[in-house]
Amino acid sequence: MEREISYVKAILEATAQSMAEDASVYIMGLGVPDPKGIFGTTLGLKEQFGNQRIMDMPVSESAMTGVAIGSAMVGMRPILTHQRLDFILVSLDQIINNAAKWHYMFGGKMSVPIVIRLIVGRGWGQGPQHSQSLQSLFAHIPGLKVVMPFTPYDAKGLLVSAIRDNNPVIYIEHRWLHNITGIVPEKIYTVPLGKARVVKEGKDITIAASSYMVLESMKAADYLGKDGIFAEVLDLRTLQPLDRESIINSVEKTGRLLVVDGACHTAGFAAEVMATATEKAFGHLKVSPQRITYPDLPTPTSPALANVYYPRVINIINAVRSMFRLPGRTEDELGIKHDQPLDVPDKSFTGPF
Amino acid sequence: MGKCNNVMNPDLKKKLLFNMLRIRLVEEAIAERYSEKKMRCPVHLCIGQEAIAIGVCAHLSTKDYVMSAHRSHGHYLAKGGDLKAMLAEIYGKVTGCSLGRGGSMHLVDLDAGFLGATPIVGGTIPIAVGAAFGSQMKGESRISVVFMGEAATEEGVFSESINFASLKKLPVIFVCENNLYSVYSPLSVRQSAERNNSAIVKGYGIYTDKGDGNDVIEIYQKMENAVGHARQGLGPAYLEFDTYRWREHCGPNYDNNIGYRSEEEYLDWRKRCPITCFEEILKQEKVLSDLEVKETVKKITAEIEGAFNFAVSSPFPPEKDLYHHLYAY
Repeated sequence: MEREISYVKAILEATAQSMAEDASVYIMGLGVPDPKGIFGTTLGLKEQFGNQRIMDMPVSESAMTGVAIGSAMVGMRPILTHQRLDFILVSLDQIINNAAKWHYMFGGKMSVPIVIRLIVGRGWGQGPQHSQSLQSLFAHIPGLKVVMPFTPYDAKGLLVSAIRDNNPVIYIEHRWLHNITGIVPEKIYTVPLGKARVVKEGKDITIAASSYMVLESMKAADYLGKDGIFAEVLDLRTLQPLDRESIINSVEKTGRLLVVDGACHTAGFAAEVMATATEKAFGHLKVSPQRITYPDLPTPTSPALANVYYPRVINIINAVRSMFRLPGRTEDELGIKHDQPLDVPDKSFTGPF
Repeated sequence: MGKCNNVMNPDLKKKLLFNMLRIRLVEEAIAERYSEKKMRCPVHLCIGQEAIAIGVCAHLSTKDYVMSAHRSHGHYLAKGGDLKAMLAEIYGKVTGCSLGRGGSMHLVDLDAGFLGATPIVGGTIPIAVGAAFGSQMKGESRISVVFMGEAATEEGVFSESINFASLKKLPVIFVCENNLYSVYSPLSVRQSAERNNSAIVKGYGIYTDKGDGNDVIEIYQKMENAVGHARQGLGPAYLEFDTYRWREHCGPNYDNNIGYRSEEEYLDWRKRCPITCFEEILKQEKVLSDLEVKETVKKITAEIEGAFNFAVSSPFPPEKDLYHHLYAY
């Protein structure tokens, strides 16, 4: 029987089942065993697995990343969490100089099987240091794997794969996906790292996106379909190693590419996807690839500014329309209504965190 | 160096001396051949600092873990790291301990319990703590030792690491070699004269001790206490030893002429050579003869010669190796 659960529950279930099958898995992070349990993703684990494996930690992101690495080298499989992605920046030395390189620089003698869960904040004034999307930074580092699940199904399957993988995996969650629901099998299963997925088939244009931007792209594709433009939406799922083949296959089919990347513009991941299409499927392209990103700016806190900062469905629609030399439409014309303020994803999101 | 314990087994004393001598001769051989330009990676020689590696590692078994930083040849050898694999690594050969990917700054020998050395200051400190944490979680009785320079105590990750080690009472020993300089920057421009690292670490609830880093017996005895503490499950220990780097920060030469330290200071420390001073004591105690020293030097020299031959004659990694081992499978 098919069962729908939330993205949060999917992460929780993947963690619990992975810990049950492998005694070397443990999870640590500030607040992991606290009453809120990392937005619910760790609730109940302490009771099931005890506080040795469900660990709070000192506010020492750098050393604790090193501790995770060291323990992984001697046989443990740590999951390290940060309630906001921005906090990982304190530990980049350990991630980039050590975790990412350890296997290669010591000739394959050791491996560092760690998962670092990062949550990208958005809305309710998260502001400059609580809402950064730095996937391209991590994807640039050889030795790291970077996943950005969109569906609850992938949230569970990719987390199980990340935990079982023998390499450091950066697992990026978007806060606005936490409450979405989807079909998730009860038993443990994996979704392979390094494989994109066509979430909506289409013939006219490929919209490649990741994480929360897949949801926005799906909505845009629905509106576009009403005007006779059938977009194929490709959920990248893993940014490193990137499934270039799926990008090329889709672009060869549609002849057009729009990349929607929830991150700043310059040197962002969208450029990598566009470059892949240009290098490998140039002859199939009917128009130059385009991208929708955040502007090259820190995220402002005021809703008045943040509302302009984040691209929306209408921006995706109009970017696609311009690629077909069609005039832009307005939200009013398309009947796109906002019954909630733009700084929250849905009614369930009440802030402040 | 008047603290030499006469009760100590003379064979042990000689072993400590000869192990120091072996490191010295390896480092001198590297220095001598470095100008051939076949060792194409930075080398940070530990000549003058051999006693700490030997006094500390004498208390460890192969199942104990050791990690280190950029000046790690002595630590690697003292822990039982394979000499041939080390030299081959410095020569960039496929027979090197890291298949030629790491060089002098990335030594490893898992069979000897040497988990790795890296040159970002303080970088391996939390990893060694993590190795100890992993051992503790798995219920294994082994200790982890991390060698570090005094500059690493200036890194934030050091404070973070000792806090966690103390919190979890981890079986980890931090061995700080204070050689007074970080590259060319003296202690005086980096730490206040009032700063007391031992007192700082002690403030975290950690067992601390300090001593003469050129006196192998003193180091041996202080490490014995620290190891006992850690093995009993009483938590981490921090040992600080004063010592001196004889040669330039990086490379085979002496650099007292460039102006960051005085020839006089260097000569003062040379008088306190950990090897010749200890050798004199053992001779005075009549437990060591000139002949034994001569024979040992001959034996070690032959071993080093063989290891260099191995390194020089080993093949470079094939080009296809470039893409190997990015990810573990």
